[in-house]
Amino acid sequence: MVFDHRLISLIIATPLLGGLALLATRTASGARRVALVFTLIAFALSLRLPFGFNSGADGMQFVQRLSWIPSFHIHYYVGVDGLSLWLVPLTTLLTVIGVLVSWKSVGERARTFYLLLLLLDAGMVGVFVSLDMFLFYLFWEASLVPMALLIGIFGHERRIYAAVKFFLYTMAGSVLMLAGILWLYNLTGTFDWVRIQHLAASGALHIGSATAIWLFLAFFIAFAIKVPLFPFHTWLPDAHVEAPTAGSVLLAGVLLKMGPYGMLRFCLPLFPGAARALATPILILGLIGIIYGGLVAFVQPNMKKLVAYSSVSHMGFIIVGVFTFTSIGLQGSVYQMLNHGVSTAGLFILVGMLYERRHTFELKEYGGIATAMPVFAGFFVLLVMSSAGLPLLNGFVGEFLISLGAFLSRHVIGIVAISGVIVSAIYLLYWTKATIWGELQNPKNQGLKDINARERLVLATLGGLALAMGLASPLFLNKIAPSANAEMRPFQAPAAFALPSGAMPRPEIALRQARFAAPLMAHISPPSLPKPGPLHPGSPSPAARLAGAGGEQ
Amino acid sequence: MPIALHLWLIPALCFLGFALNILFGRLWSKAVAGTVGILFPAAAFLWALRLALAWGGFPSPYLESHGAWILAGPLRIPFSFQLDPLSLTMALIVTGVGLLIHIYSLGYMAEEGGFYRYFALLNLFMFFMLMLVLAANYLLLFVGWEGVGFASYMLIGFFFRRDSAAKAGMKAFVVNRIGDFGFLIGLFYLFQLFGGFGYARIFPQVMRMPAETGWHGPLTIIALLLFVGATGKSAQLPLYVWLPDAMEGPTPVSALIHAATMVTAGVYMVARSAAIFDRSRAALAVVLAVGALTAIFAASIGLLQKDIKRVLAYSTVSQLGYMFMACGAAVYGAGIFHLMTHAFFKGLLFLGAGSVIHAMHGEQDMFRIRHLATGGLKKYAPVTFWTFLIATCAISGIPGFSGYFSKDMILENVFSGAAGNRFWWAVGAIAALMTSFYMFRAVFVTFFPEGDAPPPRLAPELEGVAHATGQEPAGVAAHAAHPHESPWVMTIPLILLAILAAIGGYFNLDGRFMNFLAPVFIPAGAGTIATAPEAAHAGLLVRSIPLIAAFGGLLLAWWMYRLRPRLAPRAAQALPQLYALIFNKYWVDELYQAAIVGPLGWISRRVLWRGVDQGLIDGGVNGIGHLAQASGNLVRKQESGLIRSYASWIGAGAVVVLIYVVWLGVR
Repeated sequence: MVFDHRLISLIIATPLLGGLALLATRTASGARRVALVFTLIAFALSLRLPFGFNSGADGMQFVQRLSWIPSFHIHYYVGVDGLSLWLVPLTTLLTVIGVLVSWKSVGERARTFYLLLLLLDAGMVGVFVSLDMFLFYLFWEASLVPMALLIGIFGHERRIYAAVKFFLYTMAGSVLMLAGILWLYNLTGTFDWVRIQHLAASGALHIGSATAIWLFLAFFIAFAIKVPLFPFHTWLPDAHVEAPTAGSVLLAGVLLKMGPYGMLRFCLPLFPGAARALATPILILGLIGIIYGGLVAFVQPNMKKLVAYSSVSHMGFIIVGVFTFTSIGLQGSVYQMLNHGVSTAGLFILVGMLYERRHTFELKEYGGIATAMPVFAGFFVLLVMSSAGLPLLNGFVGEFLISLGAFLSRHVIGIVAISGVIVSAIYLLYWTKATIWGELQNPKNQGLKDINARERLVLATLGGLALAMGLASPLFLNKIAPSANAEMRPFQAPAAFALPSGAMPRPEIALRQARFAAPLMAHISPPSLPKPGPLHPGSPSPAARLAGAGGEQ
Repeated sequence: MPIALHLWLIPALCFLGFALNILFGRLWSKAVAGTVGILFPAAAFLWALRLALAWGGFPSPYLESHGAWILAGPLRIPFSFQLDPLSLTMALIVTGVGLLIHIYSLGYMAEEGGFYRYFALLNLFMFFMLMLVLAANYLLLFVGWEGVGFASYMLIGFFFRRDSAAKAGMKAFVVNRIGDFGFLIGLFYLFQLFGGFGYARIFPQVMRMPAETGWHGPLTIIALLLFVGATGKSAQLPLYVWLPDAMEGPTPVSALIHAATMVTAGVYMVARSAAIFDRSRAALAVVLAVGALTAIFAASIGLLQKDIKRVLAYSTVSQLGYMFMACGAAVYGAGIFHLMTHAFFKGLLFLGAGSVIHAMHGEQDMFRIRHLATGGLKKYAPVTFWTFLIATCAISGIPGFSGYFSKDMILENVFSGAAGNRFWWAVGAIAALMTSFYMFRAVFVTFFPEGDAPPPRLAPELEGVAHATGQEPAGVAAHAAHPHESPWVMTIPLILLAILAAIGGYFNLDGRFMNFLAPVFIPAGAGTIATAPEAAHAGLLVRSIPLIAAFGGLLLAWWMYRLRPRLAPRAAQALPQLYALIFNKYWVDELYQAAIVGPLGWISRRVLWRGVDQGLIDGGVNGIGHLAQASGNLVRKQESGLIRSYASWIGAGAVVVLIYVVWLGVR
């Protein structure tokens, strides 16, 4: 389309214009209508991205590049690839949903509330599309402030503590990242991510391995706090418990994704050596997060904290997928970012709907809600199952790909990761049982009204997405794949070089062969199967045979 | 045979039934919701029947594929379905028995709320179960595998207002997930070794691999991991604990899911993976041992249960053990044969039990039923009685009835087959005696008049034992003075299933059923341990043992519960410890609670949350804050806390930088 090269800017500008339009409103209902209209426009615009995206290419698309501050070589430079493509519509959709779930619950200072929401929308989209590191940093900070204010102004009892904790935690990371960005600028003379990435890929970026480790860590810690990776996670439960529902939806649904997204965008392509060197401790932290987050979620008396800790567990999966350096695991991670956005946003909305009716998050106040709110209970089960990874719903695809990728890289990692399916079943079903099943005993819950049309629309949207993403994952994955494969290139090269040159015409297959064959043969079957010697096309081992075979069946 | 069989229609029809009822069922009357709920499984059954009638016995499985479900790098998972004798058999059992149970449910659930929800979930279960048996790759099988678990969770907890029902549903799901954990790792190994999940891709490669002898071969490891999944889904030791609790669900659900179909998914999966299991002596030995141990363990618990559904639940666990014994002896065909006859007679037993419970207005304790139904229940509910008796004869192995043929085939092959084992044969034979005993005990106690038997009160010294387990008769139906026969919509399925339970054994007349299944198993086992389930050459004595067991159990039950009804309580008093041990199901639930569930909660709460999260990490973070605050106060006397002013300084700084940058830009 003609405006494709300005599309991303339009998506960012729409909510900002909405912010201006808000100034003209007088009433709360006016404010939310304006916010709804502008977020809907932004969402509609962002839908053009996947439809116009060429899934055959792995470079940036919808690119717009303008010189901004020439003296520092700073550009306004935006674009999307397979890693960021789906995160933009996810952001704009969840913002629309954020407006809808606040429809009744935000009355006072509605203008401020929706203004912050719209600023947040623009900031979050900006983070995912920035290709200039300076611009990236600006948007990164720009998304931090409105969220902190949303929590601090519109939160619950301990909102100030939670907002400050959130702000300081993230700020600590941001400062490190800023230092890293400036250091990189010092080394390369540019903030242009695409150029730096080209330098890194071609080997022209000469960074000592010690320097690379420091740079890697500067970025990584900022992103790890955002994820949040164990042990940087303790801001999250507080922030969620205090945040208004829309805040939690965007925090869990979008803001956390900036962490793994940043790692994929900066840490892996720019510092592959450091990433490889530090992969093991990072994987261990991710695995701890999966199990630990799940177990701690299980014992929370506060249901919003329960969902918050479940995020720690789910985000652990995403980190594991990223650092297994397999194409399967990485695609799983990118997909799981979207899945987690849909499912966990849904879970927080469920919690919010209960809070609107009863003004408490305490689990013991509930029980038997299915009797009073049967439609609500149906959606509750659907979204819980999506989070628990029931096949044909979205969560399964991501977690399965991640665990399989992890298993292929190292057995023990895949095995520990997949044990998360037991833990997630425990805390999610415990929560379900304590909330919706059982006798409706608490008299305060007797007269609860079931969800209305607006609430049904919100939950049906997310539930429908969960089903669609679980049934038709290739629609999403085939746009992610080229970028994921490009992302893996620096990690595949050394393995391919190790092969005898000329023996294997297709390095990708040779690598697969080495990956499939080596761990299993080496660890479990020395007596019964021949070890794969030097890899030849006609090798007799079954693993060698599969490498030559085509696709499924 | 037509070119396109449209296998996908069979599960899809059931899904449509689910979707319609879950979306619109609330608006419909019970009649409409019930009709929709019956119509779609009926259509699925007819389609499966059409496939069966047009069956030409083609040599290789029929395959169809419908687009991709997951695509990522080297991983390609299509929605692919397969029809071969094994999946056709399973599809017919699932749709056929399933349809009868759907019809029965119309009567059984007529008085219950949530009628549409019940049928929606039942259809959803059918959808997933049919996916499971028709899938042409392991991952799609796993979709069905998890899906039936979910449907089972929802249906066990159907009466969700009852806390025990909600708890039982959760227990079933979580215990199954433990099995699935192993299953998934098995799938990962399969992918690593064979580069895909399709049967057509894996099995030909497996068949070129040699049989393994030790414990470390890749096929052995895969087989054992898959079997871990089977122990969860099919309720084998040590993961059987969820199945008895699953009886909290409506009785037709127990019949369909927890007897006839879902719990046999593990047996189906092992049989489907015959090529893999056949190449591992170690894995087969484990399957055989677990099957035999489960068979006798569960049967022994069944001896003393008072709740009619619990007797049947433990009986199901035990019978599934037999099916795994067959698989462990590498005679998968016999396992599937028993799976089929079991679907008939155990489905019938549960439906009969449901009819009894219906007749007694909710009473489930057999001894109280006998007490309340003055003159014997068989007088009031003759159809229920006679069909229940036929099923009992079938499960006990009375010659001529279906269960006799299948169980006999299993025991013979365990005795003399190449992968058999005489010790486990003996265990299986003893379990057969127990089976016959507890089933006829159930018949004599439930349907026959009380006579001079003691009223259903436990001896005083045993009261404590019963209280400890909460097994005390519920006393729901103290007023149930008018037992009655169930309506025709319930008795007709009973009669049809009774016919199948009686004659089901003759499906294998002249080895026809085995020959029908043979194309699935014979090539899988070519050149390995497996043997065709031909009439094994066992001696006359060995072959007569199952007969002795069947009639021995019958006569023992007759003696203890008809002739000398005061004997059983006296025996219990004579051996109070043994009685308590078995009556309380060997305290396995309590053991798991104390060894796993309790510590897990304690560690999560005390160590991880309070200790690590709040103490260590947050304590550290806040400590740094306090330290900074203290040192800050030392340097500059500030009236506000450091944290807040820090934040505002950062904010102000950010604004300054922002203004500067914008100024640079517009300059």
